[in-house]
Amino acid sequence: MSEFRLYFNLIRGSPIYLIGLLLVSSFVIIGILAPYILTKPADAWGLTYDISRRFQPPSPEHPFGTDEYGRDVFNRVLLGTRFSLMIGVGVVALSLAIGIPVGLVAGYVGGKAGTALMRVTDMFLAFPPLLLAIALAATFGRGLLNTVLALSLSWWPWYSRLAYIQVNSVKSLPYVDAAKVVGVSELEIMFRHVLPNSLTPIITQATLDIGSAILEASALSFLGVGVPPPTPEWGLLVSSGWGTISRAWWISLFPGLSIVITVLGFNLLGDAIKELMDPRLRNLLSVRRV
Amino acid sequence: MSVLLEVRELVKHFPIKSGLFGRVTGYVRAVDGVSFKINGNTVFSLVGESGSGKTTTLRCILRLIEPTSGEILLDGRDVVRLKGKEVKWFRRNVQAVFQNPFLSLNPRMKVRDLIGEPLKTHTEMSDDEIHRKVNDLLAMVGLPSAVANQHPPSLSGGQAQRVAIARALSIEPRLLLLDEPTSALDVSVQAQILNLLMELKERLKLAYVLVTHDLSVVRYLSDYVAVMYLGRIVEVGSVVEIFNDPKHPYTLALLSSIPVPDPNVKRLRRRLTLPGEPPSPINLPHGCRLSSRCPYASNECMVKEPDLIRVSDTHYVRCIKVVKG
Repeated sequence: MSEFRLYFNLIRGSPIYLIGLLLVSSFVIIGILAPYILTKPADAWGLTYDISRRFQPPSPEHPFGTDEYGRDVFNRVLLGTRFSLMIGVGVVALSLAIGIPVGLVAGYVGGKAGTALMRVTDMFLAFPPLLLAIALAATFGRGLLNTVLALSLSWWPWYSRLAYIQVNSVKSLPYVDAAKVVGVSELEIMFRHVLPNSLTPIITQATLDIGSAILEASALSFLGVGVPPPTPEWGLLVSSGWGTISRAWWISLFPGLSIVITVLGFNLLGDAIKELMDPRLRNLLSVRRV
Repeated sequence: MSVLLEVRELVKHFPIKSGLFGRVTGYVRAVDGVSFKINGNTVFSLVGESGSGKTTTLRCILRLIEPTSGEILLDGRDVVRLKGKEVKWFRRNVQAVFQNPFLSLNPRMKVRDLIGEPLKTHTEMSDDEIHRKVNDLLAMVGLPSAVANQHPPSLSGGQAQRVAIARALSIEPRLLLLDEPTSALDVSVQAQILNLLMELKERLKLAYVLVTHDLSVVRYLSDYVAVMYLGRIVEVGSVVEIFNDPKHPYTLALLSSIPVPDPNVKRLRRRLTLPGEPPSPINLPHGCRLSSRCPYASNECMVKEPDLIRVSDTHYVRCIKVVKG
């Protein structure tokens, strides 16, 4: 039974996962293609200024209306997808890259080194995550890379905790003892036996978190410590329409809606991945369909 | 035949830590002076109830935990003190099969990689050679080669245990430690696995150390049996001696507990049921460890723990009543 068939069966069995998959894949595709499908690139990048067209409500010409500078909101939201994708994936990838090794070493090696690593992790966890990210972002200054860095630094301890807990429970399973008896080296045990069997909840959490990372990045931009204008980042777009929301609701609504839909998509997909990663469930699926 | 494995006065005490600073307040005396010898191509069983220290003994032999004191000698070399390359030599000679194959086989690895892992670790074989060897090993344990591309969770219990056996035997060890190899399996499959183990033992000239609480398995597979109670061997002898002529009250009680499915079959000549539960291995009774439960116990039994007393060349028992009659 191929992997593909398995995924297909799972998706077919539950339309809610299909919705998640569709939302996330369209988000990713739009994110990648955005710069090439823009109808008004200059508006999207925020290079234009046309007083005569400002605050126009949604129309066939401007599906999402125009903002206070007369730029087409639809084009800006479209390009914003790319920034959200970069931030979401970047934050989670960087956090995993720090968090998993820390948790793996702390959990498997244990002892004084493990305790020391986990105490450092706890220090980061002591701060409310968004507050820490805001403080870091404010220190680093505005910018795409700085935003990703600030969020990752407030985020990795969660993965390192998760990895630590998982590794700790997996390392006492009989197949780890069995590998020791075979004579497999500690390093190989760590990477071939312990790590792959510890990843399921981490990957699940990470997928869910791409949505949250996008949300938090938007929050940073909204508060003015994230990506600088005129970058069409969704949080920044919501914030830019905030002052005029009673007159021109469309400026904030459409980027806000994009955030909601994207986060929802990642949540649904995260649930699907959780099921796929469970070996017991995989077997159940393959048995049922063969 | 020469001695393959010898265990001398093996002791494993687990400290009990309590309080904020982890002060050691006592010891669980899991294994408390166990000695035995095994020759090549024989099967030696350790039997006893849960907490008798049989699995701890096995884990010490496998170098999974370090004994508190005592020696474990393979070919006369102390296993506990081996370093670097010598550990590899030990691993090549001693392998193990565990109780539950679904827990002792990494669920994310294919059967091919699981069986090939010891070969990769210990030999210089090419991927091609390993591929062929894995197919040979599968055939040896009676599995079709198609199983190689499956993951353990998709196998049946019997198939998975066969894979575990193939993995353990891939690097041709001389000694195989079996930790309850059939107790996690369906009854119908148990016999198949036992037959396979018997056949492989003869064919490959293997020695087994079998740890189990299942006396019918012991009787079927073993040459020699050691009965353990609270971290000590209370009686050791050949299968015939132990099953037909048990000397120790505890052995007798264990044998009395074997269920006999046929009501018309005559049970043991003598039967014995011990009252109560085994005492805690933290606070052991004075004198003989069984004295608190033994119906034959006298004052003398409470004073000093008896040594192993010789009954025959192979049969020893730790009970003073044997001599006194």
